[in-house]
Parts: sequence; structure tokens; C-alpha cells
Amino acid sequence: MSENAITNTDSAAPAPGRIVTLLLLAVALIALPFIVKALGQPALVPLATRVLIYAIAAASLNLALGFGGMVSFGHAAFFGIGGYAVGILYRTFADDALFLGFIPGTDQLLITLPAAILVAGLFACIIGALSLRTSGVQFIMITLAFAQMLFFLFVSLKAYGGDDGMTIRRRNALFDLNTRDDVTFYFICLVIAALVFLALWRIVGSRFGMVLAGIRQNERRMAAIGIAPYRYKLAAFVISGMGAGLAGALMANYLRFISPDMLHWTKSGELMIMVILGGVGTLLGPLLGAAALVILETVLTSWTEHWQLVLGPILLLVVLFTQGGLNGLIARLGLGRSAP
Amino acid sequence: MTLVLEQLLNGLQFGVMLFLLAAGLTLIFGIMGVINLAHGSLYMVGAYAAAFAAAQTGSFLIAVLAGLAAAAFIGMVMELVVLRRLYARDHLDQVLATFALILIFNQSVTLLFGRQPLFVSVPPALNGSVQLLPGLTYPVYRLAIIAVGLLVALGLYLLINRTRVGMLVRAGATHREMVRALGVDIRLLYTAVFGLGALLAGLAGLMAGPILAVQVGMGEQILIMTFVVVVIGGVGSIRGAFFGALLVGLVDTSLRAFAPGLLRHVMTGSEADALGAGLASMGIYLLMAIVLLVRPKGLFPAHV
Repeated sequence: MSENAITNTDSAAPAPGRIVTLLLLAVALIALPFIVKALGQPALVPLATRVLIYAIAAASLNLALGFGGMVSFGHAAFFGIGGYAVGILYRTFADDALFLGFIPGTDQLLITLPAAILVAGLFACIIGALSLRTSGVQFIMITLAFAQMLFFLFVSLKAYGGDDGMTIRRRNALFDLNTRDDVTFYFICLVIAALVFLALWRIVGSRFGMVLAGIRQNERRMAAIGIAPYRYKLAAFVISGMGAGLAGALMANYLRFISPDMLHWTKSGELMIMVILGGVGTLLGPLLGAAALVILETVLTSWTEHWQLVLGPILLLVVLFTQGGLNGLIARLGLGRSAP
Repeated sequence: MTLVLEQLLNGLQFGVMLFLLAAGLTLIFGIMGVINLAHGSLYMVGAYAAAFAAAQTGSFLIAVLAGLAAAAFIGMVMELVVLRRLYARDHLDQVLATFALILIFNQSVTLLFGRQPLFVSVPPALNGSVQLLPGLTYPVYRLAIIAVGLLVALGLYLLINRTRVGMLVRAGATHREMVRALGVDIRLLYTAVFGLGALLAGLAGLMAGPILAVQVGMGEQILIMTFVVVVIGGVGSIRGAFFGALLVGLVDTSLRAFAPGLLRHVMTGSEADALGAGLASMGIYLLMAIVLLVRPKGLFPAHV
């Protein structure tokens, strides 16, 4: 966690070089489905969708982890809860039943996504309120413990597939769009991802974001100037959990399948890897990290069954020898000190 | 009644296994400030080395020596090559680097031994059961594990509290900078402590071989529980690790044994089994959450 994070957040107006980079990125992401189609590689569209969804989750985690200094090892819980919200609502809808006796099911994306965000936020509020009483190693472990509890809860819920998970027969509907179509779903995810990154950019640059950065650097100092750190940290943690829940809901739609694996602690580890790989406490870092990890995984799996034997050393080298992850590396290599 | 006693013994046996892992982990945590997710891999290394040696030579003694030596050696190499660079980093880098180590260890073992679990037979000398009480027979091997675990606990207590090395370890846990300033070769101490932790993890692994299947991923299963133990006991405290391990072992074992049965009184069989298993798995995490909420530094905090 370097000073770096602060310097690129306190300027409300981004540098011109940065705007160009962002525009290029936006154009590339919008053009991507058409380019890969022209290249005859339509299978890359679902891959890019997965990158976007993980980028949302990782960027949300980054708000707690990078900007708030709260090392949560349990964000897979919110990711999974978001997924299960979609799954349970769909199952209830398909069975024409009432969840818990009074909640009707639905397959409308405009309802399931807010529901997933809300439920994940609620859980983040409870877990955060309890966990934030501790700090350091204890915080890492207690968030892990809560995530594991929820993991085992879903494993034991036979009504929703238990260990095996359950399939969602159709993706949620949005207006008259054919969400089954990979390109359409890619654009839905792209729009949502853009909104999430925009929201995070606004949050980090706001007064709230400043206070959060101050708390990360020196909690006691912030308390001394009359700011109650606990409330700010909890708010950041809840927003972070909501983002992860949104990503989980999209992932459930993307895979049309949910299982307790989404809540497993290795998933929390993966999300952390994406954040660290991309660069902790940077806005676009998580997108880079998610892309790097998902693409690396796909490429390596096609090479060898023992792809983790390649991934492991790469991760190790990144941690040991690059400061600030890929984002920092790029900044140092190509763009000098001006870029984030 | 005998069923309850038997489960208590099972819990004790599981508890001492957890203690062997937690003792090393808590020392590494407390003294070097490193979160070592790869500690479970050392447990796996010990189990595989012992299983391999036992299959090759047929001698239990050689298997034990192989397991201990392999775990301690790999542990010290790990410290020298990777962990040493992480002491000054924040927890996040440590988590990621040791997560990468887990991937490397798991895949290397898969490459060497395949995905099929290895099965190890109980050494003939410890085969069979003894009658502890009328109606309560218990396997000798499990009793031996309990005995070894308690002996190690006693040995560690003496080592930490009665010897010069132990004094350095205690000093290192509370005043790291001061120990360094007084001219102690702290790097050597770190490597030695890491080796000791690895040795204990390997011991737990090789003893687990005959009771559990030796397979890839066995390290992660127990690692998470070990972390629970360390955090409940208080980071850096051997005493905390001991009582935390016994508490977790007993709670986990008894929930697994009795929760489905109790639930069956209020619901149907298969659902009770599923929910009971779920509740039993959640039990220790719930315990940890409660302990941390009441005492945020654990039961026996090392740094007061």
C-alpha cells in the first residue's frame, strides 16, 4: 500500500494522458466482440465476459482491501450470496412458489440484480459490523470464518442443491433482449462494469474516499481530528460486499449454474490475487488483474493439465519482484511516473 | 456413556494433531509476523514422504524419519528462498506468495504421485485395540498419537520456557528489534524456528497417514482449522495453541458425532444428516467468531 494510491485519487480532474488511456480502453472493450468475430474466434466473447464479471468483484474487493486497508479473506461469501440470490429467485419463479412464504420469485434481471446487491449488502453489514471489532491477522481470519460458515450453510441446504449446486435453466430476462446470446450478455456486463468502475471512481475521489484513505494510513490520527473510523470502514465494507454480490449475480447468470464453490475460501483467494496482481489501491488495477488471471488460466489449461505449476511461480515472482502489481509494472516500464 | 467417552478421545486425538500444526504456525506468526498459508503443504509433504518411504522399505521407523526430514528440509528451503523476503511486507503479499506456494506444492505432488490417494497401514506394533474401560475399546494407534502429541507439548513447553533458545524465541516474539539490536543472529533463529514448525507439521502429517487418506489437498483442509486454532488461542502463544487445539478438536468431533442425531428428533433423517453435517462444519467457525468478539486478541494473547 504505497503513497501511489493517494496521489492518483486526490486530483478530481484526471490527467490528459489518463483520459486517452481510458478512451482507448473503452473503444477496445466495445469493439472487442466485433473484432473477435472478424478474427473467427467467437469463443473469446464469453472469456471477456468472465473477465468483466471478475473485474467487478475484484474492484469491489479493492475498495475494502486497497483503499480501506481491510484485508478481507471472505469476499467469496458476498460473491456467492449474490449468485444464490439469483438462483433462489429463479427457482422460486420456476416452481411458482413463495420463498420463505412471502417472497415471490422472478426472472427479471432488473429485479434480481438489485435483490442480489441488497442481500449481499445486508450480509456485509452484519459480518462487517462484527469483524471490524478486530484488526490485522484477526480480521483476516474472522472474515474467512464467516465466509466458511456460509459456505457450509449452503453445502447443507439440500433444497437448493447442497454440495452439487443447482442449474438455472435460463438467464434472467432484460426487456426484450436475447440474454442467451453471448454478445448481448457481454454488453450487459460491460455496461454494468462501466457503471461500477464509475461509481468506485466517484467514491474514491469523494470526501468519503479521502477519509477512508486517511483511516488506512493512520486510524488514530483520524480519530483525533474527530472522525469515527468504525462507521466509515463499515460503510466501505458494505459497499464492497454489495459490489461482490452484483458480480456474483452476473456470474450465476453467465454460468447458469451456482454451487457452494462460489463461496469457497479459494475463491476469496482468487479475488485477492486479482487485486494484488493488478495493483492494490488502484482503480483499473483489478480489471488488469482479473484479465491476467482469467486469460492465464485459460491459456495454461489448454497447454497442460498441471497449469497451476506454471501459475504458482508466476504469482510468486509477481509478489516478490514487482511492487504495485501489473499496474505498477506498466507504469514503470512504459509511461514513466505520470501514469497511475 | 462409552460413546461419549470414545468421542472425547477422538476429539483429544484430533486436538493434539491440530496442536502440532498450530504450534509451528503460531510461532511463525508470532515471531516473524508471517502468515504462512503453505504450512499445510508441509503437513502434506510429511505425509507423502512417510507413505512413500513406508511403501519402499516397509519399515515404520524409516518412514517416520523420512517424513520428519523431508518436512523440515523443505520447510527450511522455503524459508530461505521465499519467506525470508516477505518478513517486511504487509500481510497481503504474504497471503498471495504463500498461496502461490500451495499451488506449486499441490501440483508437484500430483505430478510425482498422481491423484490417487495413498493408503498407509498402521504399523504392526501399534495395531489392535485396548480395553480402557468395560465396554470401551480404543485403537492403540490413536492412543499413541495422543501420547506423542502431549509429549511434544511438554517438550515445547520446556524448550520455550527453560532453555536459552526458548528465551530468544520468547524475546523475539515480543521485542523483535531489541533482540536484533543485542547482537543475536535473528536470521538463523528465524530459519531454526521455521524448521521446527515444519518438523512438527511433518510429524502431524506422517501420523495422520494411517488414519486419513494421504492425498493432494489434505493440507488445506486442516490448514484452515489450524488458523482457527491459532486465532482462538491468541497469535504467537504456544499455550493458546494447545488449549485452542483441544477446544477445537473436541467441539468439532462432538458436533460431528452428535448434531445429526439430535436434529433427527425434530426433522426427517436425510435432511437432519445434511443440516447436522453443515452445522458441525460451521461450529468451529462460530466458536472462533464468538471468541474474537469477546476477546479480540484470542484467549491467551502473547503480546499484552
